[in-house]
Parts: sequence; C-alpha cells; structure tokens
Amino acid sequence: MPPETTTQSAEATARGWPLRALRAFGHFWWDFLVGDTPEVTVATLVTLGIVVGLVHWVSSTAAWAVLPVLVAATLTATVLRGRRAS
Amino acid sequence: MTSSQVVLVVAVFLASSVEMVEALTIVVAAGVSRGWRSALEGVAAALVLLGILVAALGPVLVKVPLNPLRVVIGGILLVFGLQWLRKAVLRATGYKAPHDEDVIYARTVEEMSQSGEVRAGRDPVGFAVAFKGTFLEGLEVVIVVLTLGATDHDVGLAALAALAAVVLVGLVGVVVARQLAGVPENTMKTAVGLMLVSFGSFWTGEGLGVHWPGSDLAIPVLVGVYGLVVGLLVVSLRRSRVAGGVHAS
Repeated sequence: MPPETTTQSAEATARGWPLRALRAFGHFWWDFLVGDTPEVTVATLVTLGIVVGLVHWVSSTAAWAVLPVLVAATLTATVLRGRRAS
Repeated sequence: MTSSQVVLVVAVFLASSVEMVEALTIVVAAGVSRGWRSALEGVAAALVLLGILVAALGPVLVKVPLNPLRVVIGGILLVFGLQWLRKAVLRATGYKAPHDEDVIYARTVEEMSQSGEVRAGRDPVGFAVAFKGTFLEGLEVVIVVLTLGATDHDVGLAALAALAAVVLVGLVGVVVARQLAGVPENTMKTAVGLMLVSFGSFWTGEGLGVHWPGSDLAIPVLVGVYGLVVGLLVVSLRRSRVAGGVHAS
C-alpha cells in the first residue's frame, strides 16, 4: 500500500473512533441487559409496571406481596425456557 | 453495621471474587504463554482505567435523586441477578455445561500460541488479552460496586468489599497458579444471584413507593424466599432430567 493511502486510512480510523466507542458501549449494555434472555428484561419491565399500578391504585401491601411472586415467576419461566433450549 | 450493609458487603465480595477468578484465568494464561511482563502491564492498564471509571461515576451517582436511582439501578440488578440465577440453576441441574476454568485456560493458551512468535520486551498479544480480560471482568465488578453502593449510599464500603475480594483472589492466584477449577463457582454465582435479585426487588420497590415490612430486614427475607424458589427449581429440574434421561449439553 502506498504511504499516502496508509496515512489516509490511519486518519479515517482515527476519525471513526468515537463512533466505534459509542457502538461498543451500546453493544456492551445490550449484551449485559438483554443478551440471549430478552424475556427477563421484558418481564422485569412488566413487573415494575404492575408494581407502580398496585402502589397507586391498590395498596403498598399488595405491591410488596406481589413483587417477589412476579420475580420468582420470571425466574421460573426463564429457567424453563433455558431447559427447552438446551 | 445494618442488615442492608452486611448483605451489601457479602454480595459485592462474592460477585467480585467470581469475576476475579475469571479474569485471573485469562491473565495467567496470557502470562504463561506470552510472558509475564506484558500480561501484568495489561492488568495494570485495565485497573487504572477501571479506577478512573469508578472515580468519575461514583460521585455523580451519589448525587442523583434517590428514588429514580433506586428504580433504575434496582431494575438493572434484577435483570442481572435473574440472568446469573438462570445460568446457575441450569448448570446445577446439568442442562448447561459447567463453567470450567481449566477449559478456558487451555483454550486461551492455544489461541495465543497461534498468534505468532512472542516478541522480546513488550508483547502486544499478551498485553491486549490480559487488558481485555481484566477490563471486561472488572467492568462487571465496577457495575456491581457502583449500583449496590450507590443505592445504599455507601460506595466506599462496596469498594472496600470489592478490593478485599481482588486482593484475596490475587493472593490465592499467586499461590495456586492456575488451579482455579477447584473454586465452587456455581455455588458462589447462585449466592450472588440471590443477593442481586433481592437487592433489586428491595430497591425497585422502595423507589416505586413500596413500604417493605421491617424495612431493611426485608432483604434477608427476600434472599430466603428466592433461595427457596431456586432450591425447588433445582430439585424439580433434576428429577425431570433423571425421569427423561436428558444429557447435559
């Protein structure tokens, strides 16, 4: 490769690093929070929505009683999904 | 020390120990196959970068209003903890292959042996592998320290627990070199998963306006409840596996 082309390529690489860093950052969080268990992320968001509803329209007691049940149900569902996939 | 702080210290210590064992496997493999100087420089560079991250993010997180912070961080802990528990249950019941440090060590050494000759002085391959291994595993420790520490407004205590784990696993690593497969990783992962899910439930609940009976004492109760669920899942999956004659993948 001629020296000029090499320099241009190096400059282009240097210019592109913020985008690559941003992409790597997004990729890390996607893998971290979703990865191969999207059902866990979705179920957690649904659980939080239900708890908000219970706190506002029913009672705090109902919310603290239901929250662990929903979390346990999510764990059971994702484990069973993992078993089927194995 | 409150019950919340005790659970915080135990959770951070165990999580940091598990991640440190994984990082140590990669670093020892890099050191043995590509030379110790570059591997240790890679570790040092990763630790400096992680230190900068903690120093930059820690004070910012502590200043964020508590309830929104508890909901966001509690949600992250719930997802992260449920992922850990899922893997731990599947490994304990044979539906997922166990995390074998010896296999990872052998694979890393083989990959690096195929990466050309070792350069005299600083070896870029050994440096990069040790840096990446330490940084990625360390990043998980940083997330656990910052999230658990910030929601309890005790990042310092969480950081101390993580530091104790890093020092302990580092010392053990020096003594036993690469005999890391003996660490009961799945048991530790189960314990950490239980604590992350319990903290996650507690903080999201608090952030959303739930008043837990007994306040902080609800955390050990949640650990017990989720522990019971995990135990039941392990027993029932083992039974169904035996009944169905399924083999581990």
